[in-house]
Amino acid sequence: MQPKPTALKILDVVSIIVLAISTYLALFYAPTELVMGEVQRVFYFHIGTAWVGLLGFVLAAVSGIVYLVTKDMKWDRAEVALVEVSAMFFFLTIVLGSIWARPAWNTWWTWDPRLTTAAVTELIYIAYFMLRAGIEDPEKRARFGAVYTLLGGLSAPITFMVIRLFRSIHPVVVGAANANQEKLSMTGDMKVAFFFALFAFTVLFVDFVWHRIRLGALEEKVEQLKLKVSM
Amino acid sequence: MNTKRNASPSLWKAAFAVVRKDLAAELRSFELVSAMLVFSLLVIVIFNFALELDVKVRQSVTAGVLWTTFAFAGTLGLNRSMATEKDRGCLDGLLLAPVDRSAIYFGKALSNLIFMLIVEAFVLPIYSMLYNVNLFRLDLLGVILLGSIGYTAVGTLLSAMSVQTRTREVLLPILLFPVAIPVLLAAVKVSGGLLAGAAFSEVLTPFNILLVYDVVFIAVAFMAFDYVVEE
Amino acid sequence: MITVKKLVKRFGLKVVLRGLDFSVQQGEFVALLGPNGAGKTTFLRILASLSRPTMGQVQVAGHQLPHEAAQVRAKLGVVSHMPLLYPDLTAEENLRFYASMYGVADSRSRITEVLQMVGLENRRKDLVRTFSRGMQQRLAIGRAVIHNPEVMLFDEPYTGLDQDASEMLDEVLRSVAAEGRTVVMTSHDLARAEDLATRFDILSRGVVAASAKREELRDTNLLAYYKQALAD
Repeated sequence: MQPKPTALKILDVVSIIVLAISTYLALFYAPTELVMGEVQRVFYFHIGTAWVGLLGFVLAAVSGIVYLVTKDMKWDRAEVALVEVSAMFFFLTIVLGSIWARPAWNTWWTWDPRLTTAAVTELIYIAYFMLRAGIEDPEKRARFGAVYTLLGGLSAPITFMVIRLFRSIHPVVVGAANANQEKLSMTGDMKVAFFFALFAFTVLFVDFVWHRIRLGALEEKVEQLKLKVSM
Repeated sequence: MNTKRNASPSLWKAAFAVVRKDLAAELRSFELVSAMLVFSLLVIVIFNFALELDVKVRQSVTAGVLWTTFAFAGTLGLNRSMATEKDRGCLDGLLLAPVDRSAIYFGKALSNLIFMLIVEAFVLPIYSMLYNVNLFRLDLLGVILLGSIGYTAVGTLLSAMSVQTRTREVLLPILLFPVAIPVLLAAVKVSGGLLAGAAFSEVLTPFNILLVYDVVFIAVAFMAFDYVVEE
Repeated sequence: MITVKKLVKRFGLKVVLRGLDFSVQQGEFVALLGPNGAGKTTFLRILASLSRPTMGQVQVAGHQLPHEAAQVRAKLGVVSHMPLLYPDLTAEENLRFYASMYGVADSRSRITEVLQMVGLENRRKDLVRTFSRGMQQRLAIGRAVIHNPEVMLFDEPYTGLDQDASEMLDEVLRSVAAEGRTVVMTSHDLARAEDLATRFDILSRGVVAASAKREELRDTNLLAYYKQALAD
């Protein structure tokens, strides 16, 4: 087994440090929001996880296309890693969003375009894993997975556009528009916490995806060794 | 013996041969359309009681009930249509023909669309009669056509995928619904608007989304089908 | 007619064909024999352009696979253990459908001709679902020759047939499908293969382990040769 690359070890440490700093900034450094109070602090991590979730989703679709063109299995491993890690972050986004929504909108959940699109995206991820679980041949699994991430990547933005149209029926969503304005009126210290959270989660994301790709490569190695033993 | 040289048929000729074959088989057994139709009626009955479709509620939910019914019945047909190809090796038979794979995709998608339209042609008058709403308006029928096109375009591609997995029939709705949400919701939005007496210009945005979805997903499914059937 | 050089096929990590060399002259009838998992069906699917080679060269009827797949398919007929027929269509409709997929010229008379050859002319208007397994397999042969292909591939054509049906199929395979054509057949049934083929290739662990012409087997029988080849 090849040892863990030094760069990855360093990245592990850096991830922990930036996450710690980001936590400090969010919980102690940033001022308490006047209207919403302490619960608004969850927003920094919420945005951070949402950003990397989205990033992973887009990159997974791109990896899928590259796989279909090159037929190189390493792009399939990248795609799986990206989908898995961003599915986790997206789930966290939804949970954190609910925690914030409870006091802010007086409900855990609302069918706002962002929330709904996030939920639908999460369902696409689940369907993706179920699809892969049903296929034995790794090459076919990779092909179907790539086609499905591509379809998902194209339909998610259209879902967002459509759901926005339903706004008129759901008056609660107006709250979302206000939240947008609040974002714009962040104070300087809030901005520091906000941008640092984006940075910290990007680092964490890269670290996780790297680990997952490495795990995929090791899995393949194990399969290879098993085949050798059985022959 | 035939002295004339055989010439590989054009894409459309081959696609129409597939459609003709599907329609001829269906005309014999009525297996697919009758199953879809009976299922649709059952769904409507269940909605009737589950939603208490009195005059006031009906106004606002007719579009939703109709599209949910079409979507459910649609997956039934899509599954069956692809399973008949797979079960007796006919899919291999199709792939062995000297025609472009996209001819097979277009042929199957067109048959699926026709089956769905036939079912809709039965459901609409029955629904109109049961609830005394006029659904026979040219603009509404146009929307139903566009929605069905988008749904079967993606559905045909995904059914070709799901039929090759271990979980088969179970998997299709799980794969299809999350990526078909935009087309279904846009169709509901336009149909609902029209039924509520809105001018066409008021529903132009969801209508455009419907068009965009159709164009994008026909193009993608057409390109991706090769990757789904090759080995 | 068929030339295969250093063909490798992998499914994921599993290597099914490992550098297989194989060639068939025009008019030869080659039986591919071998134990389960030797890669017979995989190999035939590659020749049929249904599966892509991972590495190596495959040339069928003068065209390279997979790049010229459409040209290869036009000259190729396949009979597999599945009928590749639609049960809700009549015999005639099935043939008409495949004739149009192959762009067969003058399809009406060709369909009648084919139905006569496989002995199903008086059942032409009957649904395929009412046919016995043996009749379905005969129609499947008719389907495979509808476009008068140069190369035929048979993949375990006897699967699921009883003795009588197998004998009748033998007759049709010999007179209709193989006549004047180049044939590659996979089979478990050594006796039938011995009857039909002019050459016997034994596939083992993804390569052709042994190959013998019919004349060369005069003083030994196929079973002994087969066992010998696998033991080596």
